[in-house]
Amino acid sequence: MRAHLDTTLAALADPTRRAILTRLARGEATVTELVAPFSISQPAISRHLKVLEQAGLIVRRVDGAHRPCRLAPGAPAALDELDTYLAMLRKGMERSYERLDQLLARMHPPGRKDKP
Amino acid sequence: MSKLTLRTEGDTFVVVTRRFAAPPAAVFAAHVEPALLQQWCLGPDGWTMPVCICDPRPGGAIRYEWQNAEGHGFHLTGEFVEVEAPHRLVHVERMHLPDPTPDNRVETTFTADGDGTLMVMRMTLPDAETRAAMLATGMADGMEVGYQRLDRMTQR
Repeated sequence: MRAHLDTTLAALADPTRRAILTRLARGEATVTELVAPFSISQPAISRHLKVLEQAGLIVRRVDGAHRPCRLAPGAPAALDELDTYLAMLRKGMERSYERLDQLLARMHPPGRKDKP
Repeated sequence: MSKLTLRTEGDTFVVVTRRFAAPPAAVFAAHVEPALLQQWCLGPDGWTMPVCICDPRPGGAIRYEWQNAEGHGFHLTGEFVEVEAPHRLVHVERMHLPDPTPDNRVETTFTADGDGTLMVMRMTLPDAETRAAMLATGMADGMEVGYQRLDRMTQR
């Protein structure tokens, strides 16, 4: 399952792919609809969609000539797993260092001079 | 005074700096002594570290297990690579959520800075994509917000 998190991380490494996921969180969209807000070509969007599809973050269905995309049922779980890691890293650092400041203040009260 | 900075270097480095109002020996000790780590290295409020193994010598094991009141938990494992008390630590770590995250190699230095200590933590992620994902998801923003809050607290 290590490979699973790696794939999620790689898929999310690109800002366009994150924007696509944000758009799809609001509902299904066709490639044409996804191209509109981004100033990049349809083939480039299609390449991003392929990466997201292979990472299991989106699924596509066939609707005549279109292949609309939507978030995969497993996407929230995959993103939650990543969120847990990243949020812990970020908030953990903030809060931990505040706590360390307090601990150091107890160990070394201001004004105390340590002998070299 | 103790504002955290975070910047990237090259493709795979993340560098975090933080100043502490205590000498290097104290800050170093707080990073390797289990009884001290268990008091501060807890992440968000509400978490405890019931298991803390930290053996600061080359090859020595690291294992931190965190738990919250609802019984949720996860753990981190790692190994020390270089230990030069009280100024430098190099270790490798990974989180288990329960799947292990990519290995993060961390070099931490503690340098005397006036009557305090400047800590520089250099993380090396396996590749540019892993680092990009880690940063892009708002790690830097979140840390900055946290420290702005700390600034307000210290200005009161």
